[in-house]
Amino acid sequence: MSNLSSSKYRGYEADRSKYPEMKNGKAVIDLDSHKYTKIWQGPQHPGVTGNMSVELIVNGDEIVWAKTHVGYLHRAFEKLMERRKYIQCFPLVCRICVPEPDTNEYCVSAAMEDLAGITVPEKAQWLRTLNLEMSRIGSYLMWLGGQAGSLGMGAIAQWTVGMRDFWLDLFEEMTGGRVYHMYMIPGGVRKDLPDGFKERARDLIIRTRRLLSDVENTFISNALVKSRLQGLGIITPEMVDEFGIVGPNARAAGRGYDIRINNPYVKYDELDVKMITSTVGDAYARAQLRYNDLHQSLDLVSEILDRMPEEGAIQAEMPNLVNWKIPPGQTYVKAESTRGEHGFYMVSDGSEKPRRVFARGASYTHAISVLEKLAVNISISDLAGLMVSLHTCPPEIER
Amino acid sequence: MEQLIKKIKGMVHLRAYGKQRDDLHFVTVDKAQLEMILAHLKNYEGFTHLAFLQAVDLLEEGKFRLIYMLYNYSTNVNLGVNVLIDRDNAEMNSIHKLWAHGWQYQRELHELFGIDFPDSPRVHESFVLEGWEEMPPMRRDFDTLEYSNRTFYQRPGRSTNDPAEYMKEKIYKNYPAAPVIRRDNE
Repeated sequence: MSNLSSSKYRGYEADRSKYPEMKNGKAVIDLDSHKYTKIWQGPQHPGVTGNMSVELIVNGDEIVWAKTHVGYLHRAFEKLMERRKYIQCFPLVCRICVPEPDTNEYCVSAAMEDLAGITVPEKAQWLRTLNLEMSRIGSYLMWLGGQAGSLGMGAIAQWTVGMRDFWLDLFEEMTGGRVYHMYMIPGGVRKDLPDGFKERARDLIIRTRRLLSDVENTFISNALVKSRLQGLGIITPEMVDEFGIVGPNARAAGRGYDIRINNPYVKYDELDVKMITSTVGDAYARAQLRYNDLHQSLDLVSEILDRMPEEGAIQAEMPNLVNWKIPPGQTYVKAESTRGEHGFYMVSDGSEKPRRVFARGASYTHAISVLEKLAVNISISDLAGLMVSLHTCPPEIER
Repeated sequence: MEQLIKKIKGMVHLRAYGKQRDDLHFVTVDKAQLEMILAHLKNYEGFTHLAFLQAVDLLEEGKFRLIYMLYNYSTNVNLGVNVLIDRDNAEMNSIHKLWAHGWQYQRELHELFGIDFPDSPRVHESFVLEGWEEMPPMRRDFDTLEYSNRTFYQRPGRSTNDPAEYMKEKIYKNYPAAPVIRRDNE
């Protein structure tokens, strides 16, 4: 019962002898006994990470049972894609994750290219890497705001989400869109960088670092944050395989697995990506890890800008995409999103529409199996912090 | 990887093997031998990570193809274990004892494809479709248009137009020939 350590940390040892009574490893909860209360956190609640809800049974302010409910965002993207041509899938897939849509675009493009045997030109690969890494920065800044907000530090959330807006400005210059970009298409990317983009991006990196030093002083080094997050939601190394945990959640538990390093894609094999891990496994370790990963992403964007070729094709020779038929086959392409392994499984039957597309999001297990386990025995006031520290994103669960 | 495939061949009836990339391989095994080979791959071959479990509806063949996508952290290889099951009365053994999050995928497949996994915890709970009483919607023969025509209604006063005809009538009426888009280099 790793979560009990959080109570222990605060000098409070939960008395498990009476509430709830355990039989065969399961808690016996009788709501009619008036010892428990059932409440819902979400779907409309500032403490949830999107349109999902957690059904809770609490004893006092301690959660004794939790169950995740999803379905508020189901838009049947996978079914819709089966009825659309390959190129028509792109306006759909970016909507699978709002803060970080580019990972979806990359995975779908790469899956189609893998099945069709298309090689993407060098410059387009660099542009894709830049786009992916920028989207990681945008997502981490939003997460940082969410984590601070979940602990009642709304000002930090406004700083980081405000800074994210400047990154969205860069996305707008680069792709034409702020939130959803539809930048990567089969064979390459849609546009080259506009004039002066690199200078503006370098300037923004400096401004972001300046903000992050403030965030470090007010959030990462804050004793209040430490007391709230240390010992909360501990993921043990054994849980990583058992629950299919990936990304920063797994790396904070000691599992050195980063797809950018282990299965490099686009230009990550030529970049200096470092494996950032921790062995503590609690919410504070995850916060520190993501903070360090954000710094690494800024380094990587800087490196990509330096190494970006000035000239070169941004699109491979492609057939007419309107009537594009892909040879039969199946593939799985994955990329490292800020939440972990994000992948697309695609099956083609040789026609001009995909036979089956499946989006594998990291939150699928983090927000359901893992959250339901880690939420038990914590205080109800810590649930929002726990959800954000797992970086749950409901749209990628429901698709 | 070749050695592993040889080993699998020696253990079970390997129906098919395919290599998509150096780090992505697919094998197809019999339904009865699936649990055994998954347990072996997890416990002895290092494929400890279950990335996902999904299904493809092969309507023409009257089958479902299930894909168990495994990953080996030490060799960095993905292995998709495929198994074909009958589409009618589709049923498969549960893997929740091998991976604690396996029940989630099984619950999803039960709801969206109608594949039953007896003994899987919470498999009959609803996932995203609360109160759904129709055919499982991810099956290929689920008629989405018929369903939406039957379930929803057009708001009065709204009509749909063929975009090409509509533009011809409303926008390009005064132009005798179709408009030509000129680009910068023309």
